[in-house]
This record gives sequence, C-alpha cells and structure tokens, in this order.
Amino acid sequence: MTPARPARPGRRPRRFDRIPIWFTGSLLGIALLMIVGLLGLIMARGLGTFWPWPLWEVSVADGTRYLGLVHRTELIPQPAERSESPARRTLYRIGNRDVYGLDFVWVDDAQITHRTRPTEAVVLERLEWGPFYGFVQSVRTPIQAVQDDPARRWETLRRELPPARRRARAIRYIERRVVGNINTAMERHRLALRRLELRHALANPLGQAQQRRHEAAIADLNARYARVAADLRAKRQEDAQSRAVFASIDGHVIDLPMSAIVRVYRPNRLSVPGRVGVYLDRLREFVFDPPREANSEGGVAPAIFGTVMMTLLMSLVVVPLGILAALYLHEYARQGWLVSSVRIAVNNLAGVPSIVFGVFGLGFFCYFLGGTIDHLWFPERLPTPTFGGGGILWASLTLALLTVPVVIVATEEALAAVPNGLREASLACGATKFQTIWRVVLPSAVPGVLTGTILAMARGAGEVAPLMITGVVKLAPDLPIDQVAPFLHLERKFMHLGFHIYDVGFQSPNVEASKAMVYMTTLLLLGVVVCLNLAAMQIRGRLRAKLGGGDV
Amino acid sequence: MRPGLLLAVGRPLAVPRPVGPGGSLRAGEGPPPTAIDLETVSVWYGKVQAIHNVGMQIPERRITALIGPSGCGKSTLIRCLNRLNDLIEGIRIEGHIRLHGQDIHDPTLDVIELRKRVGMVFQKSNPFPKSIYENAAYGLRVNGEHRRAVLDQVIEQSLRRAALWEEVKDRLHTNALRLSGGQQQRLCIARAIAVEPEVLLLDEPCSALDPIATAKIEELLYSLKERYTIVIVTHNMQQAARVSDDTGFLLMGELIEFGATDTLFTTPQDARTEAYITGRFG
Repeated sequence: MTPARPARPGRRPRRFDRIPIWFTGSLLGIALLMIVGLLGLIMARGLGTFWPWPLWEVSVADGTRYLGLVHRTELIPQPAERSESPARRTLYRIGNRDVYGLDFVWVDDAQITHRTRPTEAVVLERLEWGPFYGFVQSVRTPIQAVQDDPARRWETLRRELPPARRRARAIRYIERRVVGNINTAMERHRLALRRLELRHALANPLGQAQQRRHEAAIADLNARYARVAADLRAKRQEDAQSRAVFASIDGHVIDLPMSAIVRVYRPNRLSVPGRVGVYLDRLREFVFDPPREANSEGGVAPAIFGTVMMTLLMSLVVVPLGILAALYLHEYARQGWLVSSVRIAVNNLAGVPSIVFGVFGLGFFCYFLGGTIDHLWFPERLPTPTFGGGGILWASLTLALLTVPVVIVATEEALAAVPNGLREASLACGATKFQTIWRVVLPSAVPGVLTGTILAMARGAGEVAPLMITGVVKLAPDLPIDQVAPFLHLERKFMHLGFHIYDVGFQSPNVEASKAMVYMTTLLLLGVVVCLNLAAMQIRGRLRAKLGGGDV
Repeated sequence: MRPGLLLAVGRPLAVPRPVGPGGSLRAGEGPPPTAIDLETVSVWYGKVQAIHNVGMQIPERRITALIGPSGCGKSTLIRCLNRLNDLIEGIRIEGHIRLHGQDIHDPTLDVIELRKRVGMVFQKSNPFPKSIYENAAYGLRVNGEHRRAVLDQVIEQSLRRAALWEEVKDRLHTNALRLSGGQQQRLCIARAIAVEPEVLLLDEPCSALDPIATAKIEELLYSLKERYTIVIVTHNMQQAARVSDDTGFLLMGELIEFGATDTLFTTPQDARTEAYITGRFG
C-alpha cells in the first residue's frame, strides 16, 4: 500500500491517525455489505422462481415413485451419539394438490433407487389447484380426439390452446364487463328507488312516476341479463367440449377444459431459448396480471398499481400541506418559545409508531369523515359503507399525516438555506412579503422541498401497518381507477405490495409454495420505490441546474 | 400602470458621459433642495443603541457618502431610509425621517410604496436565480406590469443606464448567476432603477469587487446622479472622495461631521474625522 514515510527528525511519526480512517471506513463497509447481502439474498431467492427447472422422476426403495421439482436439500438432523456420516434429504415439489393433498414431499437421498428426467413430463399451470406435474394422456376437441402418439398429443394440445384462451377471454369479458355493467345499472336504479323512499317521495304522483320508471328499467335490465346469461351458458358449454386429460406418475387422471390451462410446457425437453421464453412469460404474468390461488400464483399488478397510486395521492396531499406549514413556521411566525415548541412537536410526530397513525386514520378519516360523507351524500346505500370504511383516499391521507413532519423539516431547512439577501433584494424592489415568498424564496427552496418529498415517498411506500386498518385488502376485485363512471373510485379498497408480502409470506395456506413469491414481491416493491425516487431526483436535478446557473 | 412609468419610457435613453473621477463639484450653484431629511434619528437593537440622534439633510440629485469604521452604524442608518430594518425583530427607531417632506413612518404611508421610491443595492451582489431579463423585470412584475413591449423597453433602458446592456444584450435569457461579480452588481443596480426610484441607496456596493469593476460602478454612479439622489455607504475613503458630493462621517453611531466632500476631506472640523481620514484609526 502506501510506502513508509521516513520519520521526520524531532517528531514522532503519528502512528494512530489511521485508526479513525479504518474504523469509520470499516463501519461503512459493514453497512454496505449488509445492504448488498440483503439485496443479493432477495435476488438469488426471487429471480430463480420463474425458471423452468427440470422435472425429476424419483423411485424410492419402498416402490413409490414421485415426479417433481427439487425444492431444497438439507442434512438430516441426527442424534448426537451416532457418528455415521450425515445423510441428506431433499424436498421435492410434487404439485397435484387436488390429488395428493400436499404438494411437497421429503425424500431421503439414501432411499432413492432410481432418478431420471422423463422427456415427456409436463408442467401444467392451471387456474385452480396450483401446478400439476405429469403426462398428457389425451386431447379432445369437438372435432377430434387424440390419444395415440405422444408427439401428436402434444402438437394438438399446443394448437388448441390459443383458441381456448380466446374463448376464455370472451367468457370473462361477458362475465365482468357486460354482466358487470348490467349490475351497476341495476344498482343505480335500486339506489334511486331507495332514495325516493328515504325522501318520502313515493306518496306524491311525481315520485310514483319516477318509481314506475325505475322499476321498468330494472325489469328491462333483468330481461337483458336473462339473454346474456343464456348466451353465456351456451358459450361455456361449447368451451367445455375442448378438454385435455393429464395423468400423474402414479396413474391419477385429471380431466379439465383447455380454457382452464394457464401454461403448459415440457421442462426436460426445452432448449435454452425455450426456457428463457417461459421465464420471461412468467415474469410478464407476475408484473402485469392479477393474482390467482390466494395470491400464491399469478401476478401482483393490482398491488403495484395500488402502491404507486397511493404513494402519488399521498405526495399530492403531503407536499402542499408540508410546504404551507413550513412557510408559516419559517417566514411568517414570530420566532419564540411557541414556534420552537411547535417545531419540537412536529419532529416528535415523526417518532410516533405508525400503527397509532393507522388507528387515528381509522377513527377520524374512515369512521368520522367517511361516516359523515355517507350520511350526507350516500344515505341510500347504508348500512353498507361507501366512504365510511377503509379506502385508498383514507389510507393516503393517513400516510400523508405520517410523513408530513419529514416534508416540514426538509422544507424549513431549504427555506433557511435561501440567502437573506434575496429576500431583502426582493423587498427593496417594492415586492410584498407574499410576492417575495412566491417569486423568490419558494423557487429557490424547491430542490430542498423535493428532497423532503423523496424521503416522504420512500417512507410512505414502504409502510404497511397503518394501511392494514385503513383500506388495504389481500384481494381487491376492482382497481381504484376503471372505465365505470366516475372513473376514479377513491373510496375503494386496494392492494399494496408491502401488505402483499405480509399476506403471501405469513397468511398463506401454502407457505412453502409462496415463499418465492415473497422474495419477488419484495424485489418489486424495492424497484417501485427506486423508480419513484429516481423520478423525483431527476426533477430535482433539473431544477438545481436551472437555479444554479444553467439555462433558464 | 403608474404615470411615472410612462414618463420614464419617454425619457431619452442616452446618458451623458460621466466626468472622470475627481471631477469638479458643483460649487456655487446655491444649496440644492433636500431629498431626505433626518431629524434626531436613534435606533436600538433591543437594549443596544446603534444610532444616536443623527440629523442630516441629504440633498437631491447628488451623491452622499457615509463613511466610518466597521460597526459604526452606517448600514443601520442607510437601511432605515427604505425601512428595511422593519424586518429585524426587536428593533426600535425614534426620530423623524422625511422623504420630500413626508414622514416615512407615517402609518398612512404604504411601506411597499416607499420601497418603490427608494431603491437599494446591497454589499453582496444578490441577483435572483432567474434570467437576466427576469431580474431586471422583477420590480415591474411585482408591480403588476405584464405587457411585453413595456417590459422590453424599460429593461433595455435600465440595463443601458447600468452600463450593462452592451455586455448582455445577446444573452438576456441566460441565468444571471453566470455573470461575473461586477456584472452581477450592475445588474442589481439595473434592477433597482427599473422601477424609477427617487432615491438609490448603495450599501458598500464595491466591497466585493476588483478595482476595474469598482471603477465601472463609480463611473456609473456619476452618470446616475443626473436622475437619482444617491446615498452610498463605503468604508473606502478614496472612493468616498472620488465619487461623492457630500460626506457624512459616523463613529459609534454618532454623526460626527457632515458636509461637502472636499471640505470634509481637506479641512475637517472635528479632530476624530481628521484622525480617521488620515488613517490613524478605523
């Protein structure tokens, strides 16, 4: 490293001045190592989830045969007095939950007599019951039934899957959009009737006329629903005629309509590009599709959407609130013991446990504010709450309260950093105090305010506890924004990546199977936070360049 | 729009070349009218008295210099003239300051209006982090002037008067913070005179500048006194001698001597003034 310096005459070489450097440097190193280690662990555990690993056929000494994926291996814990070399055992994921009940099995490596990778083995991902590992037995369409040659069975299955998927999409469209619209319209008329009833308008002829109109509309909608339902039945029947039959390794047979198949592939025959294709497709499903099977499969798209929307809503509230409070504290208020104690109180607010904010949000926003809104504007829906329960608006407001100290403190610091000379120059030009703040002080403080916003967003996006009681659910059927008027449904409950991690990781009936999803969701949440921060930092960088002598 | 602005626009843009440093004083023209009249002004910061009973008549359209050692109250006094001291908590001002006969502490007088009539340039150049154009336009904009043609014209005129136009006319929309220190200070002068004040206060405007930039500002002041009453605070006695018509010497918050610059510098009446200008203290 550095060459030894000759000791200067008359002065002892300073032997200890490197110690602080080593000490501080190594502490920073430890911190970095922990962060990198955490990220590495999450990525190593998470990113492998979607890779199509080979399917193993394992024969055990007692004659049982299993077909499954290697999940993990471990040393068998042994009593201390035995000194043999430790044996290993392997956890296989054998899937087929509907057949076996359990989808994992431990196999002692010593008991295995035979281990192969059957080329025709398929992984079947389906809408229900999780993955199925087995073989294609036959494929049946209204026109033909193929069961002789494995290659032909596979070809027919591949060929018939896309039309089946189209049929399924058409059925889903009718179920969700067409029937959904009819239901929404009927609900609107039912609520209108209820409103008339609440206003005691049914006694007068005008009210009665309205009542007749709504009732006619409901009858009309019922007739339309009957037609749609008949159509839907026919479509379902037609769809159910295209079926595939799969057999497990020990001869259990399942027969399912092809539209229930999400994905099917033969992992032991896939080429490397084929594997990459399956991997990317599963990754796409994870990011862009809604979850299936109690959140343990499918994607997390609604949770991503909920997290981003809630964070943006929160920023929308917290930034003006924080700026105004900081402006008053720093620019207008007379500095004295009162302002000092307010400042201390604001700082302490940041230390209140977040669940306390959650309880406050539930009591004040959901029950008090929401309940009042319901009584005033939505009495016909009671006792079903509209705004009176948890919702994305209340959750965002709660988080805004939680993060407002961060913005206030950052903004105050930014205001203090604006040179007093600028304020005096503005006042000396004949500007009022408000003009000075609005035109000179605030623009100079914006980068600092954005720093506060970034911190607030990072804190808000990662917060879970207060959300659990103010509007997050494990599965929200509808997003807070959709194509049904009024398009923005701030009263709706929503999904959140942080809560998703908790739910999948600790509330799932099948923890072992969903563990990998937890890592992926964590990775995604980190990604979302990083993206939001990068966006804010980008804006801040531009503003800084503008303020600091760049082109205007 | 204020009527004064129309007049300002109509004025000729050309400014006569200033007489060089050390030029003749306007002797023998009779006493000029008073612009600002200070009468027994005292200022306290909390319990500390910073200004003691200062009384002086600042003449119109001339340059009045305030000199004195650091901490003698020069800046405090000049900041009283546009009531910028109002911002400081715990300050108390007694006595009367009249601008053209009107008491500036009169409760019916709008302080914003006063500051439009009394412009100020500070020791540290403080352009806003905006474009050169927006800096010069600031005073008009806060006044509610939005017409582009008027702004363009007034900005050109004030930048010309501040002797900056030729240097920046091609980059009016670049950030003012990219200018050099001397240019920034001239921009601040342009910003102050864009609203056509009656009085221009300068608080040590050259203390952070090199000699060349200082010379430019001094020339500029010389040309500006055609239009404005100028009060300049400086601790540089050569500068006071070069540019000012009248000089006041402050010491420990007291006005020791006030009179025509050449009289004060050649035959000071007070022994302390003489000690200061000959460099025996301060």
